[in-house]
Amino acid sequence: MSAVIDAHHDDHDHHGPDKGIGRWLFTTNHKDIGTLYLWFSFAMFLVGGVMALIVRAELFQPGMQFVTPDFFNQMTTMHGLIMVFGAIMPAFVGLANWMIPMMIGASDMALPRMNNLSFWILPFAFAMLLSTLFMEGGAPNFGWTFYAPLSTTYGPDSTTYFIFAVHLMGASSIMGAINIIATVLNMRAPGMTLMKMPLFVWTWLITAYLLIAVMPVLAGLVTMMLFDIHFGTSFFNAAGGGDPVMFQHIFWFFGHPEVYIMILPAFGIISHIIPTFARKPLFGYDSMVYAIASIAFLSFIVWAHHMFTVGMPLAGVLFFMYATMLIAVPTGVKVFNWVATMWRGSMTFETPMLFAIAFVVLFTIGGFSGVMLAIAPADIQYHDTYFVVAHFHYVLVPGALFSLFAAAYYWLPKWCGRMYDETLGKIHFWMSFIGVNIAFFPQHFVGLAGMPRRIPDYPLQFADLNMISTVGAFVFGLSQLVFLFVVIKAIRSGEPASDRVWEGAHGLEWTVPSPAPYHTFTHPPKVPESEMHT
Amino acid sequence: MSQDTELQRKKTSWLVAKLGALVVAMFAFGWAMIPLYDLICEVTGLGGRTGDQYTYDPAQMQPDTSRLVRVSFLANTNAGMTWEFKADRNSVRVHPGEVREVNFIVRNTSDRPMVGQAIPSLIPGNAVNFFHKTECFCFEYQLLEPGESMEMPLRFVVDPDLPPNVDAVTLSYALFDITDMALR
Repeated sequence: MSAVIDAHHDDHDHHGPDKGIGRWLFTTNHKDIGTLYLWFSFAMFLVGGVMALIVRAELFQPGMQFVTPDFFNQMTTMHGLIMVFGAIMPAFVGLANWMIPMMIGASDMALPRMNNLSFWILPFAFAMLLSTLFMEGGAPNFGWTFYAPLSTTYGPDSTTYFIFAVHLMGASSIMGAINIIATVLNMRAPGMTLMKMPLFVWTWLITAYLLIAVMPVLAGLVTMMLFDIHFGTSFFNAAGGGDPVMFQHIFWFFGHPEVYIMILPAFGIISHIIPTFARKPLFGYDSMVYAIASIAFLSFIVWAHHMFTVGMPLAGVLFFMYATMLIAVPTGVKVFNWVATMWRGSMTFETPMLFAIAFVVLFTIGGFSGVMLAIAPADIQYHDTYFVVAHFHYVLVPGALFSLFAAAYYWLPKWCGRMYDETLGKIHFWMSFIGVNIAFFPQHFVGLAGMPRRIPDYPLQFADLNMISTVGAFVFGLSQLVFLFVVIKAIRSGEPASDRVWEGAHGLEWTVPSPAPYHTFTHPPKVPESEMHT
Repeated sequence: MSQDTELQRKKTSWLVAKLGALVVAMFAFGWAMIPLYDLICEVTGLGGRTGDQYTYDPAQMQPDTSRLVRVSFLANTNAGMTWEFKADRNSVRVHPGEVREVNFIVRNTSDRPMVGQAIPSLIPGNAVNFFHKTECFCFEYQLLEPGESMEMPLRFVVDPDLPPNVDAVTLSYALFDITDMALR
């Protein structure tokens, strides 16, 4: 291993981290910034999770129990915004910061100072967003999709803070994406061609392009809202010649690629973990790359499947319906490849592998309900019901989020040099797995039976399933405290981890010591054939 | 080594410049979606937005007495608009190419002067570009004193080129309170 890590450093590189808070405020080190992103996203995950539990507590029984309808709407809105922009996205960026330079043999990210900036914008953005909860008139209450005119003509005064918070999050994401592309394209170690890159790097490269393509559109959209609210324009106001339906088109032009931004890096993570614990190389590496690229391309031409009920000509409906169903093909390729990787492998079931297998199974369920929603005539019944809620929570929670847990358990020993407690990890997994299914599976049924989303009350016939769902949500929520405990315990008192950590792990990141030194690959390594992905 | 770093720095700056240009281009594209959306609506008739004032030339347009098209009218007030608003009849049957006039009646029921603006929408979408208005109250806003009422004419002609599978169109007006906007 030490043949790979170059022992001689340049003088100015030969120092560890600064001391005190300054280390974190002024750091340009990709590992520090990755750590900041990961802790920040976990904090946001807990905040957004508490909001979800408030929603579920209110829905435990029919009738109004704990909160006012307006506050309920604020909770659903803020839960969505915080989980999407504050938890899932920054967590993936954190992983990218930590892992991409180590996976491609780069010394750091290409633009370390911008890296610092793109992280430190986020606490301000979310402080601004969360501060709206304490304002007169309350926080945004129009749903995370903030459809006009609900968010313009009828929105609370705090909407302006929401708009600027979204601007900041967008700026942060765009800078992060530029940084990742520059790192991946310019800083790979000699011999690591594009088609030899680890899949996590591939998925992030494509995700970064998606971010660059759609975050500016989102910025434009909220700017139009700002003009409508404060400067008397009528982009989305029919009275002045605007069109509220146009809002939905622009929003979903951003929104659909956005949902793939939240899942593509997850595909990458799973494509690392399954081969490791199946002790076999990934099946169909090339087809994986092409599948990701096709999914990314298709994400731009399916946006109106979110809008089947707002009115479209038949030709439009058919186009968006078939284009959407087409996504099932590359996604099916990926699921097939993961299963084929496990086929006849010598599998072991450590916590990362458990989360990865649960990802494959449960994400596929979410994918199937997605195909159901794509059927335009059926969608008219499903639209804005709990069936949609069940669908996107299945792809985002046991999908994106489980992949993040899997990644955290998989790479934690490399980050802190210590193993987590396997028993506690498994307890976390089983609590999460059972909790997530109890919480979200019944929502398919209440949705098909006609329960609308974003409503704090419901008729009696939905009572039993909602009660079950709330119980599951609390089990799932509490199990995340187990995760926090596992991580802290590992950092403080875990068993020392070996450099390779996992018997079947391959890739440059496993050739550096555990914990990974503050500076790795200050000189580009020669990539040994055994660490290549193909 | 240092030459390599220099080269890499140059490569990175160039790449970042290109990516920055892509960001700017996509931001511009977001705004370009507005005229694009209008254009698509205009060409296809999606969104039901009928056109501006039409100059009717009897020499150019022969009434097609072999066809009758039913034109129905809906008059709605938007949320928060207190005026009374209705058409003087629910529907008329017209020959394509023949000019018809219908009156809409509006009354300000509030105790303050208000400004209203009617926004039209027509279905089906493939008829939108064949429905011409030679005169419409929706081309301008209305200022009404408290209690004042007004008869507002709509004069229209259905184009003889109306697709043959269309035998009924519905024209809907939503009346908006634009008093605040007009004051500004």
